[in-house]
Amino acid sequence: MEMIVDEIVAKYNYWIYVVLMMIGFYAMIGKRNLMKKLIGMNIFQTSIILFFVSTGVKKGGGIPIVDKYQALAGNVDAASIVNPLPHVLMLTAIVVGVSVTGVALAVLQRIYREYGTLEEDEILEKLQR
Amino acid sequence: MNATNLHLFVLVVPLLSALAINLLGRRSRQWIAPMVLGSLAFSVFGSIIIMARVIEHGTLSYTVGNWQPPYGIELVVDPLSALMMVLISVVALLASFSSLKSVEQELPGREHLFFTLYMILIAGLFGLVLTGDAFNLYVLLEITSITTYGLIAMGRGRAALSSFNYIIMGSIGACFYLLGIGYIYILTGTLNMADIARILPTLNAPVATATAIAFALVGLWVKMAFFPLHSWLPNAYSQAPTGAGTMVAPLMTKVTVYLMVRVILSMYTPALVFTHEWIAQGVVWASALAIICGSVLALGQKDLRRMLTYIIVAEVGYMVGGIFLANANGLTGSILHIVNDALMTLCLFLVVAAIIYRQGSVSLVSLQGVFRRMPITMAAFTLGAFAMIGVPPTCGFFSKWYLILGGIDGGHWEFVIALVASSLINAVLFFRIIELAYFGSLQDGDHHEHLSTQRHEAPWWMLSPLVLTAVLLIVVGLSTGPLINNVIRLMIPVGF
Repeated sequence: MEMIVDEIVAKYNYWIYVVLMMIGFYAMIGKRNLMKKLIGMNIFQTSIILFFVSTGVKKGGGIPIVDKYQALAGNVDAASIVNPLPHVLMLTAIVVGVSVTGVALAVLQRIYREYGTLEEDEILEKLQR
Repeated sequence: MNATNLHLFVLVVPLLSALAINLLGRRSRQWIAPMVLGSLAFSVFGSIIIMARVIEHGTLSYTVGNWQPPYGIELVVDPLSALMMVLISVVALLASFSSLKSVEQELPGREHLFFTLYMILIAGLFGLVLTGDAFNLYVLLEITSITTYGLIAMGRGRAALSSFNYIIMGSIGACFYLLGIGYIYILTGTLNMADIARILPTLNAPVATATAIAFALVGLWVKMAFFPLHSWLPNAYSQAPTGAGTMVAPLMTKVTVYLMVRVILSMYTPALVFTHEWIAQGVVWASALAIICGSVLALGQKDLRRMLTYIIVAEVGYMVGGIFLANANGLTGSILHIVNDALMTLCLFLVVAAIIYRQGSVSLVSLQGVFRRMPITMAAFTLGAFAMIGVPPTCGFFSKWYLILGGIDGGHWEFVIALVASSLINAVLFFRIIELAYFGSLQDGDHHEHLSTQRHEAPWWMLSPLVLTAVLLIVVGLSTGPLINNVIRLMIPVGF
């Protein structure tokens, strides 16, 4: 028991990422309301952002703004700054996520205008009629 | 224009023309057709020149913004991506002729919006086949997906709902791929595909590597609608506007299959992907199941377009299975089938577009006697159907032949049986339609008005690309030999 707790506490960020991801996944697959599905998708994407950002962190690492000439001369200790690359990747991933959410919201608006509801069951019922 | 950057221009021209179409097309729709056709024609010529150059001089690579790889993003044109560029540009150009006409009819006043998305989608597809960077691939995958969501949602009726389901499934797929890349980045510290392929085999981390591979492959399988994950595809593709279907259906799944080939061959290295034999065997079994289920589900459809979407699901099974046979014949067959299937699907969807343009529906009932009304269209349909079934002079035969040989080499009889069975089911499917269209009795009653015997052929804009595609089916079939020797052979890794 002690060991499991230690393991969880030591890598808590990765555990949070897994839990968040499962919550998002459940919402996307299990929920019948289209808006909740979309929110689930956002939680899912956020969990992956957390995962990536976690990989760049170093204990005691500083901000990765360094003097160019010092860096070129090799005077910067890589262990003293956090890895900025995962953060940069996630900036792009956030942009992608926002665009997908935007398109999804626009599509939801059209669905609502057409069927008057966002509950999947009710929409399917209306379609069968 | 510097000729060595030609592959970048092939990508950039459709992208810039997308912006121009949005601005100028708003003023007057006269601008749209020349810009779409002009930029795509440029891309076709550009990609053919690049292909010739790559076959002669070998792989090209280009570093964007002069950031040297492995840090910068690298664009790589090897024989396979050159082949895909030619395929994408040709299919897009042929499809756009027909799309211009059907969009004019279906989405009057919104053509500039439609073609803005259309051109961005094509630019994204070019980017996907060019990129040599794993994360860049994710971004481009999402660019193509987002534009496809938009194009599908422009359809009528249930299209918005289907598009939303596609958004949810597509995002799951993309996020899984991104996770796989995350694991790879932790393991290797690089995102350049060639660099990953160099570093990954030297690491002794079998579990983490397997996790990374599994996440990325499952992500791509969702995107390409591999059988148990296919549920979004039939609705999305059959309810999209006709003009979107003719381009999206032939290209999207095929380019995703190409991405899987690329990820397996140039990033994860085949040795690592196929370490566990039972996994490869499981995937081949799953694809055999995909082929059978896709074909059987196609049998139950009452609408030609919907039937074709289920055939796409079966065809994805062909290609995935062929790759996971893990032998030279299977891989050759799969890569060849990417080209052939794109052309066959294009041919059949162009027929669908032409019939919808003339009579508004492609339900099997409304196809009665369509041969008499649209003889040339239906002649091309027959040729496309023969290719799907796999009748010898058409291209479909040759890739199926290689896939069956690969199945026999690998001892996967279930895959061979599935291939043969699906050919038989395809024969039943298409001959049913050909019979209906050729001999279908003209009933009196509700459909009397539609079903006149008067000849009413599709307009020239839709007919000429269709005839050209039908001819291409035979031309590509007859040039299978040079295609394999000059392009595909070069991609088969040593030791396969």
